[in-house]
Amino acid sequence: MNAEQICFIIFGLISLSGAIAVICFRNPIYSALALIVTFFSQAGLFILLGAPFVAAAQVIVYAGAIMVLFLFVIMLLNLGTLSTRTNIGGKMKGFAIFLGILFAIEGIYIAFKATGDSGVAREPVETKDIGKLLFSEYLLPFEVTSLILLAALIGIIALVKREKSNT
Amino acid sequence: MGLEYYLVLSTLLFTIGVIGVLVRRNAIIIFMCIELMLNAANLAFVAISRSLGEPNGQVFVFFVMTVAAAEVAIGLAIIVSVFKHRQTINVDEVNSLKG
Repeated sequence: MNAEQICFIIFGLISLSGAIAVICFRNPIYSALALIVTFFSQAGLFILLGAPFVAAAQVIVYAGAIMVLFLFVIMLLNLGTLSTRTNIGGKMKGFAIFLGILFAIEGIYIAFKATGDSGVAREPVETKDIGKLLFSEYLLPFEVTSLILLAALIGIIALVKREKSNT
Repeated sequence: MGLEYYLVLSTLLFTIGVIGVLVRRNAIIIFMCIELMLNAANLAFVAISRSLGEPNGQVFVFFVMTVAAAEVAIGLAIIVSVFKHRQTINVDEVNSLKG
């Protein structure tokens, strides 16, 4: 085992256990903190894959901005004191987990079947290339992205404003 | 490390997200599970991008992140306004659109 494999196993285990913790904790705040752990270890996996830009964006956007938003809303609504019955019943839960395991087996089968022996061995992509691609081939989607953010901004303001006039 | 290990990890993370959406009834936890699924897709994108030696996958990760940010902001605003009306965010109790 070389260093890359050891790092992959460590980061993979941390992100998997963080993800399982997200759906197991009763208190939403613990779930949010477990999700942050998952995001950080995924940033580590991106570094392993030679994608420092994506790793930095992961830490800044996901672990930073999005999770702060989540924690802010959880604390604003004071959800820790809500009713604890937040799960579905036993039979449906078992069925959901059964379906999930079936889905995972399918995905693993496809992953091993479709990739063959094309290992992750080529040269990593430079961040410079991403920038060039973003401003040439993907220029129109990039501009539409800014429209999405603008629409989200206006939508949130509309939601909150209507709320204010009602009460 | 082979590509397939990254894809398997991505599949497992996605599956955990799916199970979370199916099992949990708390709207905020459901949102977190959606984030988990988007992240699993990002991991697959980056792994395949590395395997093919092309930067296109990472550009798509950029777009996915933008959409995720917009989606979370809107979704949490909706959750806050639902909570103000109903005093709950249990998705089983928010059923006024039920036919």
